[in-house]
Amino acid sequence: MDITLYGLMMYGLALLTMMAIYGVLCLALNLQWGFAGLFNAGIAGFFAVGAYATAILTAPESPNHLGGYGWPPLLALPVAMALAGIIAWPVGRICLGLKGDYLAMATIGIAEIIRLVFKNESWLANGTMGISTVPRPFESLGQPWGNLAFLALVLAIVIALYFSAERAWVSPWGRAMRAIRDNETAAAAIGKDVVRFRLEAFVLGAMVMGLGGGLSAMYFKFIGATATEPLLTTFLVWVMLIIGGSGNNKGALLGAALVWLIWSGTELFTNRLPAEWITRSSYIRTLLIGVLLIVVLQRFAKGVLPERPPKRID
Amino acid sequence: MIRVDNITKRFGGIRAVDDCSLHVTKGSITGLIGPNGAGKSTLFNIIAGTFPPDGGSVQLDGVDVTGWPAHRLFRAGLARTFQIAHEFARMTVLENLLAVPAGQAGENLLTAWTGWARVRREEAAIRQRAEAVLGELRLEHVAHELAGNLSGGQKKLVELARTMMWQPKVVLLDEIGAGVNRTLLSEIAGEIERLNRDHGYTFFVIEHDMDLIARLCHPVIVMAEGRVLTQGSMAEIRRNEAVIEAYLGGGRTNQNGAGIGAA
Ligand SMILES: Nc1ncnc2c1ncn2[C@@H]1O[C@H](COP(=O)(O)OP(=O)(O)OP(=O)(O)O)[C@@H](O)[C@H]1O
Ligand SMILES: [Mg+2]
Repeated sequence: MDITLYGLMMYGLALLTMMAIYGVLCLALNLQWGFAGLFNAGIAGFFAVGAYATAILTAPESPNHLGGYGWPPLLALPVAMALAGIIAWPVGRICLGLKGDYLAMATIGIAEIIRLVFKNESWLANGTMGISTVPRPFESLGQPWGNLAFLALVLAIVIALYFSAERAWVSPWGRAMRAIRDNETAAAAIGKDVVRFRLEAFVLGAMVMGLGGGLSAMYFKFIGATATEPLLTTFLVWVMLIIGGSGNNKGALLGAALVWLIWSGTELFTNRLPAEWITRSSYIRTLLIGVLLIVVLQRFAKGVLPERPPKRID
Repeated sequence: MIRVDNITKRFGGIRAVDDCSLHVTKGSITGLIGPNGAGKSTLFNIIAGTFPPDGGSVQLDGVDVTGWPAHRLFRAGLARTFQIAHEFARMTVLENLLAVPAGQAGENLLTAWTGWARVRREEAAIRQRAEAVLGELRLEHVAHELAGNLSGGQKKLVELARTMMWQPKVVLLDEIGAGVNRTLLSEIAGEIERLNRDHGYTFFVIEHDMDLIARLCHPVIVMAEGRVLTQGSMAEIRRNEAVIEAYLGGGRTNQNGAGIGAA
């Protein structure tokens, strides 16, 4: 990293962009877990669907993978969301009436299947090599303006999602969702169609995860098997939400920012490790994040910004 | 109002409800008593759609509702409380009530996003009703407390309050008196009588408190070992040899055994 003002600014832009992309994913998980109590252990799967869909639709033609459709990036994103939702729907349909554990198992399974399909069916997305020609909106503006404009786009999306999620939280929809989360038998006994509500939260959350995947593919201009490993998405997003405060949309965003800051900080640390340790750096970072999680939860059992019942509607 | 025909429910080897048939007349306050483990709560759970029976049928107001899910039965006019309080723990007491009315416009996410004025109007009416109910049950001072933090008796009151947020045809009350203080319980009994008289709600009441049953219920149905033993007025029940036998001897558990004779 070059320690010039310009270099620092570019680093800051990168940091903020990643925080915002993880913010999207955390808001999505909060919708599923914080609102509805749904344990999605396969965030990476819906992320991957969104990312690959965006890449395939927008990347230039190549003999190595499906593509050349030349979609404008901003049109590819809604398709990415829809595809993630279409995959989530049957999973939810089958699992959401059952005990919570089944959803966890099914989502892990689905995520792994999606990852392996893209890894092995190389005609689809160039296998392990992945697609590394994903266009990023505004890149024609060059550095730093292109990066800045892309950050502004991601931030605008985060803000829109945040306000939508807040409205959902205070609305009777959010209230019914929390009732189901707290006691599904009693919620059914007051007329709430438990499966319908859960399905809505699950599919909507999965769609937003797909959006996060699409934004990530654009930002890195790349999507491949390494980017869809559970560690980078499922695990990290869970840690972010738990640390920030599940059941709190601000907490979700704060968690994304804090944990990403620390996660990228650990990279500075692991980069200084002796060469024979570098290969082990990913384990070491995970370990550090695990320790952080424990430390934070000692002090903030319900996350830094715990759930609060919404203000009255008026 | 409710007609139960030959309902059976097995849990593993136990027949919790065993070929049980009974009838709750429209406009009545019908009592359901019986020793611990007689199958009373299980029968309620079947009537309310919390789980399906292994056999038999249930009719609500002349409609066969066997196997209907609980949320559909609620919408059809059946409200119920749970013996063990099923509060929404991480919601305030007020929210526990506000959540009740079915089919709120704001329960549709698109309406919540685009039609907020309508949601607010509807909410104002629901809130007004909730505040009245909280007042009647002396819960105003805990309205903004998380329901999970309430005492056992207060949680039972929240259970009752939720049924009062809806205009049901029939209300199933499972030991609503357990853990609630005498004075308040007497007021609740008055409230049940009023709702029955003025609004025509039918009540089906499980209770171990024989005074309360004697005051409120006619007729009283006695269950033992999953079946209906007898039914009649409380005075008739008290004289019935088989009932005394069921409570005092032979029953699977009889901690409440002394209740029937002594009361
Ligand atoms: N979910 C369940 N799983 C297994 N067994 C159950 C279940 N629910 C009830 N039982 C059994 O069914 C029988 C009847 O239970 P139920 O709760 O209906 O009794 P009850 O008449 O309500 O008793 P009480 O007066 O103590 O509340 C008991 O033997 C109980 O152990
Ligand atoms: Mg019982």
